[in-house]
Amino acid sequence: MSEQTSFKTLRDTPISEYLTPGSPLCGGCGGEIIVKLALKALGPKTILVSVPGCLALFELYPYTSLKTPMLFAPFPAGPAAAQGIVDGIEALVSKGRVSNPGVKVLLLTGDGAAYDIGLQATSAAIHRGLDFYYLCYDNEAYGNTGFQFSGSTPLAASTSTTPAGSGLRKKDLFEIWRAHNPPYVATVAASRPVDLLRKFEKAQRFRGPKLFIALGVCPTGWGSDPALTVRLDKLAVETGIFPLKEAVYGRVRHTYIPRSRKPVEEYLRHQRRFEHLFKPVRRDDLIRQIQEDVDRYWENVRE
Amino acid sequence: MLTGNMSAAWGARVADVDYVAAYPITPQSEIVETLSKWTSTGELNAKFVNFESEHSMITAAGAASLTGARVFTATSSQGLFYAFEALYTVAGWRAPILLVNVARGVGMPMVLQVEHGDVLAARDSGFLQLHAETCQETLDFILIGYRLAEDRRILLPVMVNMDGFTLSFAREPVEIPDKSQVEDFLPRYSYPRPLTGDEQVAYAPTMTEGVPYTFFKYQMYAASIEAKHVFKQIVRDFSRVFGRGYDVLESFMMDDAEYAVVCSNSYSSIIRAGVKALRRRGVKVGMARLRMIRPFPREELAKALEGVEAVAVFEQNLAPGRGGALYPEIVEALYHMPEKPKAVVPFIGGLGGANIGPEEVAYMVRVCEKAVKTGIVPQHPTLLLREDDWSKLRESLKVSGLPVEKMGVVHHV
Repeated sequence: MSEQTSFKTLRDTPISEYLTPGSPLCGGCGGEIIVKLALKALGPKTILVSVPGCLALFELYPYTSLKTPMLFAPFPAGPAAAQGIVDGIEALVSKGRVSNPGVKVLLLTGDGAAYDIGLQATSAAIHRGLDFYYLCYDNEAYGNTGFQFSGSTPLAASTSTTPAGSGLRKKDLFEIWRAHNPPYVATVAASRPVDLLRKFEKAQRFRGPKLFIALGVCPTGWGSDPALTVRLDKLAVETGIFPLKEAVYGRVRHTYIPRSRKPVEEYLRHQRRFEHLFKPVRRDDLIRQIQEDVDRYWENVRE
Repeated sequence: MLTGNMSAAWGARVADVDYVAAYPITPQSEIVETLSKWTSTGELNAKFVNFESEHSMITAAGAASLTGARVFTATSSQGLFYAFEALYTVAGWRAPILLVNVARGVGMPMVLQVEHGDVLAARDSGFLQLHAETCQETLDFILIGYRLAEDRRILLPVMVNMDGFTLSFAREPVEIPDKSQVEDFLPRYSYPRPLTGDEQVAYAPTMTEGVPYTFFKYQMYAASIEAKHVFKQIVRDFSRVFGRGYDVLESFMMDDAEYAVVCSNSYSSIIRAGVKALRRRGVKVGMARLRMIRPFPREELAKALEGVEAVAVFEQNLAPGRGGALYPEIVEALYHMPEKPKAVVPFIGGLGGANIGPEEVAYMVRVCEKAVKTGIVPQHPTLLLREDDWSKLRESLKVSGLPVEKMGVVHHV
């Protein structure tokens, strides 16, 4: 952690705000904290691209909670809309018709777009080396439509289309993105704001795709207490379920390694989506499976 | 001599587009191949990007257009369908891109040759539609299309349709305009409030209720209706600069016509030949060819068909459960005339590049005459086929066990 950064402690968080106070998002939404911080790090010259998903609630006509310009794009085509903006400005700059250096394009999607319907467009945008920021707010289901199963839904989680708990493991989007060899991929969490700010700061050194997966604690979908959002987010990190890491041109580094990982149960039991693991009968088999997945992940981390 | 595809590429080149969004599909690929060559040699100063799908291509095209870049893109058939959501999106964004559709039949089953099932399916997307008969029209409609799309009263995307194979790969003499002439006609594009980061603009925030949604939809409708009048003004300028002009529809030999064939696109050349042949035999027939499909030029069509006994509608698309897509629109345009034609008869032909000839035009007129005499208009569209095609189809029908009479297929010779 000897890298240069202007974010050493929480006190270094920029005062400038790019979200207005108040938005139609649910109380305790983890995503709102993430976007608030990300925009602080990226600064005022940011154009935001949004697609259907919870964070689209930032812009409901005739209001917008964003102080940045924005464009709302089709569900699968967020990366393509970002491409059009970046390319259009580049074409005009090269013809000397606009001079607008330093403008950044930030794409905000949920996990439904990132893991499922928009994966093809994302793959291609990374492949083309598009100079943009992509922030996936990952609440592990289609939250805005009533919390249905997505490619990000973790094993055993109950959603409105896997009421008895999903039988599938979550896709590893970090590795899918990393396999495209973009300059920067990172995971970020609301409970670790300094880590988040540093990553968004560091990403600005690179030209090309800069991609972020943010754990999105979702009280409405997860059935958790809105007051516990940051604590739950912290538990996801401390149990090792949500590893904080980055990859620079493919080289992975964990930015935080929990030395004594808490049992996953401590994270699971605060959420109604995992309630069936504890009652009416305790499902030790499933809890063990989730724990083993986490343990296996960290066994392979050598730093 | 240029192919239709080359004419389209030249249209984009002389319009000095800033951005080309590309994805290959037969029979369109030659357009984007040509533009990729020109952007790499510097003959065209534009950014060229290969996309991974038409859905992304058209979305990116629209977004780039909102930054103030003039954008060109092209597709066909399956590609247009894959991008359907994006079509409505860029129209709703009010992004004035120009898209060339090279018309091709729609799978399944797959076919590569012409049909209008693709372009007509997009008729309600918000794109304005200009349909070309010739290579020259293809090029000219691109220039007129940009001027129309970018007009501040309109700000809607424009689709220029040319037929796959029969036009895309057909060589015709084409006049390529001078750069200075084009500059005289087509001013530099700028978007009212561009998405470049300088202005706090919110494009397409979600509606939560019907009234604002209606407000935005109605604005698009109003702009698209206005587009017909703006088109006429633009064409006056076009003829001043280039010495040729286009109305929203072409009336051919319609002056004293008792019968008329309504049609569009490249097969109109065959119909024109058929009309001429009939005129030589003294049959009073003419042709009304639609150049503009959106907005639909209903008043102009009704006026062109004034005094006609009967109308044959020739279309190259076949909707299950309905027939031709334009037939009801044409009937509606005629319904409000004080003296309506006695019969409006639907015909379908040229599906997947099947042929028709001048004889089919004579046949359509014969059916019209009979309909006027008997007062009975065929309920279903009549399929028009050439002799050899008909014998092939008859064999297939025999194998399938479908009675020929039930098909309503008619062969005439």
